Amino acid sequence: MMGMWEWITDMGNSKMVALLLFMGTFIGVVIFLFSNRRRAQKFETYRYIPLDDDDSHREPVARRDKTESDEQ
Amino acid sequence: MSQAATTAGAAPAASVATSEQYNYAIIKRFAIAAVLWGVFGMAAGVWIASQLAFPFLNFDIAQITFGRFRPVHTTAVIFGFGGNALFATSYYVVQRTCQTRLWSDSMASFTFYGWNLALVLGVISYTMGITQGREYAEFNWQIDLIILVVWVAYFMVFLMTLLRRNQPHIYVANWFFMSFILATALLHIFNNIEVPVGLFHTQSYPIFSGVQDAMRQWWYGHNAVGFFLTAAFLGMMYYFVPKQAGRPIYSYKLSIIHFWALVFLYMWVGAHHLHWTALPDWVSTLAATFSILLLLPSWGGMINGIMTLSGAWDKLRTDPIMLFLITALAFYGMSTFEGPMMSLKSVNALSHYTDWTVGHVHSGALGWVAMITFGSLYHLMPRLWNVNLYSLKLVYVHFFLATIGIVLYITAMWVAGIGQGLMLRAFDQYGNLAYTFTESVVFLHKPYVVRAIGGGFFLAGMLIMAFNIAMTIRSGIKAEAREAQAASAEARTA
Repeated sequence: MMGMWEWITDMGNSKMVALLLFMGTFIGVVIFLFSNRRRAQKFETYRYIPLDDDDSHREPVARRDKTESDEQ
Repeated sequence: MSQAATTAGAAPAASVATSEQYNYAIIKRFAIAAVLWGVFGMAAGVWIASQLAFPFLNFDIAQITFGRFRPVHTTAVIFGFGGNALFATSYYVVQRTCQTRLWSDSMASFTFYGWNLALVLGVISYTMGITQGREYAEFNWQIDLIILVVWVAYFMVFLMTLLRRNQPHIYVANWFFMSFILATALLHIFNNIEVPVGLFHTQSYPIFSGVQDAMRQWWYGHNAVGFFLTAAFLGMMYYFVPKQAGRPIYSYKLSIIHFWALVFLYMWVGAHHLHWTALPDWVSTLAATFSILLLLPSWGGMINGIMTLSGAWDKLRTDPIMLFLITALAFYGMSTFEGPMMSLKSVNALSHYTDWTVGHVHSGALGWVAMITFGSLYHLMPRLWNVNLYSLKLVYVHFFLATIGIVLYITAMWVAGIGQGLMLRAFDQYGNLAYTFTESVVFLHKPYVVRAIGGGFFLAGMLIMAFNIAMTIRSGIKAEAREAQAASAEARTA
């Protein structure tokens, strides 16, 4: 155990440590996403978040949309 | 053309509730500032591009020579136009997707004034010849400190807003915005560790020197591209593309993989700016390898954005804002293919120190960053002022001017860069250089003229946008005044 810790903290092995760390975490993320069908389906429901909020607007008043009352 | 593309009609009462629920005032300020900085920064760009083609345009005035005006251009477009647009859209997206108001109105206001003050001071100092001499980080140390404080305030506002959300899940666009805020803080701090000459002196010395300093600078430079100009604008894309299309993003799982892959890979690639230098060879190779790997998440994100329109491609015929957004994604795909290719050492030997690099940067900056910003702002502005866009025809005109401008710009720079690269490394049969440096400069004149014309097209589009937005805001203010009048008349009769 002590030997492994020494290997990890040796700056000469930093490239390998970083590679294992980042690669391992990334593979973990991919497994987390695809390993459980229910979880994957739940993630896909989050796609709708931007469409959940309402777009509320006053009646159009721009040039092309002027109403008769605007003209008066 | 359908105005429904720009706004969705609903009851006035609901609009009042929305503007009270969210802090739109700060978004309006940032959005207007983005347009103003865009006009100024792009005009400065066209000016310096013209100076390269016709050097008499220096007029022997030190303050407007290329060396001083170039950082004015880059600062105004990246941090002025891009930065203000990112503040505006991130504050909008975080409020809308978390369904909560910004954490602190006063702190958000502080970020607006602080950020724009730093930029104005930066621009003035560059024209006076005061610069740190670090690309995209030319601000002197006092301005760096202002930016640091502003950025911490921005981080706090964004984080606290996320923490008090009314939506259980944090939408992926916010992940991109958060990574941009965190990475920019890291980059800004480490790239600006300097020893000031004195408390009231504008100059400072970098803490590192030689190749270590070059490595630090390009770690910063490329990650500024990666997190400021890519991740943050992807945050924009993940909200505004689905919103404008009226359809959810193609795949949420793909967006998560896109995010993590991008974040893991980007930090390693900065050294590809230093191929064939004193940098250790293994660092160069590592950077090139990660640059090639970056193609996968980049294209995954592009496909995710474009496929959002799957089954609704007809929107491109009727909605010019969608044209901006989808064309931006196409340019994102193109420049994220070109970048890894240029990071290969053999290609880099030809392309580096030539205008090909300038062309590549602009295909990303104009094609991706500016186009996605234009689309997002055209979507956002009418919603902020509760009116329809003044003219959709002008959006079409803007789109075509911008597209023609980009094509002229990047093709001129390909010709200039590849020609320059070939001339600088051509030898005759005796092993002497085949061309003098002056001959390569003479060769560049025509591409430089075409580049300035391309920039002119792009600037013309930007001016049209500024007019369209100004008229939209004007009609919004008029409508607000009319509503207030009607309300007071109603109160009197009651």
